Amino acid sequence: MYDFELLKPATIDEAAAMLAEGDAQALGGGQTLIPTMKARLAQMDRLVALSGIDAIRGVCTDDDGRICIGGGTSHATVAREYAKSYPALASLAGRIGDPAVRSRGTIGGSLANNDPSACYPAAALASNATIVTNTRDIGADDFFQGMFTTALEEGEIITEVRFPVPEKAAYEKFIQPASRFPLVAVFVAKFADGVRVAVTGASSDGVFRWSEAEQALSDDWSADVVAGLAAPGAEGMISDLHGDGAYRAHLVKVMTARAVKGAV
Amino acid sequence: MPKDTGIGASTPRREDVRFLTGKGRYTDDIDVAGQAHVVFLRSDVAHGRIASIDTSAAEGVEGVVRIFTSKDFEGVGGIPCGWQITSRDGEVMREPKHPILAEGKVRHVGDPIAAVVAETRAQARDAAEAIVVEIEDLPAVIDMKAALAEGAPRVHDDLPDNLCYDWGFVEENREAVDRAIAEAAHVTTLDLVNNRLVANPMEPRVAVGDYARHDGSSTLYTTSQNPHVIRLLMGAFVLGIPEHKLRVVAPDVGGGFGTKIFHYAEEAFCTFAARALERPVKWTSSRSEAFMSDAHGRDHVTRIELALDADHNFTAVRTQTLANMGAYLSTFAPSVPTWLHGTLMAGNYRTPLVYVNVKAVFTNTVPVDAYRGAGRPEATFQLERVIDKAARELGVDPVELRRRNFIREFPYQTPVAVEYDTGDYDATMDCLLEMIDRDGFPARRAESEARGKLRGLGINCYIEACGIAPSKLVGQLGARAGLYESATVRVNATGGLVVMTGSHSHGQGHETSFAQVVADMIGINEDQVEIVHGDTANTPMGMGTYGSRSLAVGGSAMVRATEKIIAKARKIAAHLMEAGEDDIELKDGKFTVMGTDKSVAWGDVTLAAYVPHNYPLEDIEPGLEETAFYDPNNFTYPSGAYACEVEVDPETGKVDVLAFAAADDFGNVVNPMIVEGQVHGGIAQGIGQALLENCAYDAEGQLLSASYMDYTMPRAHDFPMFQVDHSCRTPCTHNPLGVKGCGEAGAIGSPPSVVNAVLDALASGGHDVAHIDMPLTSGKVWAAMQGRGDK
Ligand SMILES: Cc1cc2nc3c(=O)[nH]c(=O)nc-3n(C[C@H](O)[C@H](O)[C@H](O)COP(=O)(O)OP(=O)(O)OC[C@H]3O[C@@H](n4cnc5c(N)ncnc54)[C@H](O)[C@@H]3O)c2cc1C
Repeated sequence: MYDFELLKPATIDEAAAMLAEGDAQALGGGQTLIPTMKARLAQMDRLVALSGIDAIRGVCTDDDGRICIGGGTSHATVAREYAKSYPALASLAGRIGDPAVRSRGTIGGSLANNDPSACYPAAALASNATIVTNTRDIGADDFFQGMFTTALEEGEIITEVRFPVPEKAAYEKFIQPASRFPLVAVFVAKFADGVRVAVTGASSDGVFRWSEAEQALSDDWSADVVAGLAAPGAEGMISDLHGDGAYRAHLVKVMTARAVKGAV
Repeated sequence: MPKDTGIGASTPRREDVRFLTGKGRYTDDIDVAGQAHVVFLRSDVAHGRIASIDTSAAEGVEGVVRIFTSKDFEGVGGIPCGWQITSRDGEVMREPKHPILAEGKVRHVGDPIAAVVAETRAQARDAAEAIVVEIEDLPAVIDMKAALAEGAPRVHDDLPDNLCYDWGFVEENREAVDRAIAEAAHVTTLDLVNNRLVANPMEPRVAVGDYARHDGSSTLYTTSQNPHVIRLLMGAFVLGIPEHKLRVVAPDVGGGFGTKIFHYAEEAFCTFAARALERPVKWTSSRSEAFMSDAHGRDHVTRIELALDADHNFTAVRTQTLANMGAYLSTFAPSVPTWLHGTLMAGNYRTPLVYVNVKAVFTNTVPVDAYRGAGRPEATFQLERVIDKAARELGVDPVELRRRNFIREFPYQTPVAVEYDTGDYDATMDCLLEMIDRDGFPARRAESEARGKLRGLGINCYIEACGIAPSKLVGQLGARAGLYESATVRVNATGGLVVMTGSHSHGQGHETSFAQVVADMIGINEDQVEIVHGDTANTPMGMGTYGSRSLAVGGSAMVRATEKIIAKARKIAAHLMEAGEDDIELKDGKFTVMGTDKSVAWGDVTLAAYVPHNYPLEDIEPGLEETAFYDPNNFTYPSGAYACEVEVDPETGKVDVLAFAAADDFGNVVNPMIVEGQVHGGIAQGIGQALLENCAYDAEGQLLSASYMDYTMPRAHDFPMFQVDHSCRTPCTHNPLGVKGCGEAGAIGSPPSVVNAVLDALASGGHDVAHIDMPLTSGKVWAAMQGRGDK
């Protein structure tokens, strides 16, 4: 780890000001950033810890019935709070990493990082969530812009994530056995006005919506309809030690069908 | 009958208390006053010529003590190899220099180029980053076939074909084997890969070098399975320090699995630098560094052919293997694909003719050496896989095919040099079949099918040669060292005793099981016996622990030393009781004059030895301390039968292990609980190899599985509860305990049954898949079901 100065702001404004100045980076739960720093793959003069900002921690429900999760809320909290009201989301959060990762890691950090194999991006995209920052609201469709790339500006802080709650949803995660991140995972969300299917782990462009499946499922909500679809093309799919593109494409289909079958 | 003390008792492991409560004393816990820290700058390319190394900026970094490069090691030996193989043409193997720091070229990712010694580790790391190294990239040779091809880039400039040796065994049988295969009623051929693995002991390697100015002696604290071997290799061949000026200490060691047998450059560096700087130097490997500097395991590419006659008797086995040596020869690397592999190719079967050809190949990868089982898993895997394939081709029951060919008469001289002393392969197979309820399998399969899953059962046998010793034999086979073991038993005046053993425990529980043996022999409490190991300053010269040899060889030395103690104590007792020595009997810690009620307690005798007021000084010396060296006359041959039951998800190719059973014959058993634990660990690593673990390089020689994000270590949840039985016992005929060794069996016996089970499951789903190379990841299994597997 390279040397750095640790700053602990108490408010969003303070944090934003600190991040605006020079070579600074936000620290959420540190479950991605700290290992990267330990490997000396990340270097900054100042690390701005968001963990002291009460305003971005915790959960509530807004007037539209959307669930609102503070950007600094831990995976463990989400897993606990939404077991009944949004079980697919709670189950996703409850299967990230191990207990230590879940009690430190945050939803804001996960979305900001936009790892192509991260779980939360699939939930946000399938739920058509709104990512709220210290400066604006960003729709999920606009937020994710390719692997490790988002609409966030330098120094912009995710303060809250608002999830419309679907009628039915499920997250099917097929793990990469070493990292236990998704090899391929699919979040399926059925709303009154249609179905959204978001896929993570598969594409080298990061999380994406599988529009053919969305269309078919919006017309006919059944696992069988997925079985009738062609798997998405293997082109552009991640190919690595744990599975080639064709396999990942195939898994997209299998996980989608299973998600539909298991949706609650 | 289960006993509650002594030989045969499941005494809880005394060492676990300190391991589990954080009180173990590992090498990294050792900080010597005034120590500096070293960080190695390692190559990030697989192959290249070092054009220049500029350390000027790095030398200015705060805290830097000194920066070393290969220039500082002129006149210092390379890391030696402990085993020499002779090729078929009579030439000895090629043995390129393995410098402590890269000389002229880097040959694998992780090859150390420079070493920075600084006041703190962080400072050393900063300075290492400030070193400017110019490397002219050279094309890397990664694939073994490509390495042997005409015109391939040379890993070592003076070796034209990257070949280390071309070994034939038994060369005289070659023609007869060829003939038998040409004339066979049926020949089954199988091409397979035995995947490269990283041992990944929980504790990464650490070395602390220290130099004593007052007497010019050096001390190395290191994570080693065999401190005496390190002292010999490093002292005599690398640094030129005589044994009496060099002490090597391997304290608590957090797992070895073979990878801590070898003498590593970092050990020599720390010892050398401590002397050069006259201050202690410490190196602690990071996990990332371990992936690219610990010797890897396995990595064989093999073709095996099994010939059968019309009655399904095996008539010949012929194998050709390419064995990856990596960029340099690690300490025992040449022996693994040869003597630890070729000699096992008869397996449990009466195959009269065997020919094994091994070409060892240099590549731009981390050196490969022994890993749990070392050569024997590779032998077992190919043999037990080809037998299953033959059974499938011939439409016969794979268990019956094995039974038809079992060896049933002992001693049995194999056509591959070794002679099995005992065994009963039917007994372990019978035991296994009972454990797994083979008859109930069709019903279980139907139940899985009802859930949309494919169920498979895989069974195999194994035999291994362990208790790695006979110095005479291994000397003929190319070992440059002896392989005896030693023990000193020091009885104290008040009756307690210390055993100083040349074996080394790094998880095996010797402190418990060795104490059980000695306590049992004398008839005292186990807690009166202390086992000391791991320090060349207070243990007799011993060869350490690997090859399931500790109890069979080290334990035997301890028995011999204890016998000497008892013989002397009996003389003292006879004197004390004024009786004839032959009339004295030792029982339950008491010496009794047979047929009388006259007795003296163990403690009376030991006290007399050290307070010799009433003592036969004219016949025997005072004191009670004896040393024995033990060198057996054969290997030991544990054997067994293993079974694995799996379920395959046909939609995803994911394999779940539902049941795993092992019936082993380890001869006599000292501590059944420890034996069971050893088998569990071995099976975990075997299933790990079969389904999960894979050390992979890309074509440029970058390590793809360089961290736990990509190298799949097995986790508890990957396994069912194992069923383990070791009630079938044919005691070893040539060591005093009748023990055979159990440390490697699990890792040797389990991979074939896993693969056999998966292929059986696929076959039940109509997928005629002849083979899938390990690890059987879900992606590979799925691809095989689509008809586009590797083969
Ligand atoms: C062993 C292990 C297993 C894991 N398994 C999974 C898994 O299965 N699935 C999965 O999805 N993830 C997994 N993770 C990652 C985990 O979910 C991380 O917690 C998450 O990716 C990052 O969140 P964090 O709060 O720890 O962010 P940090 O590591 O602190 O930061 C990550 C990045 O986000 C930025 N950042 C942090 N917070 C904010 C914010 N509020 N606004 C703007 N930018 C911010 C940081 O500057 C940094 O660039 C795993 C991690 C580990 C260590």
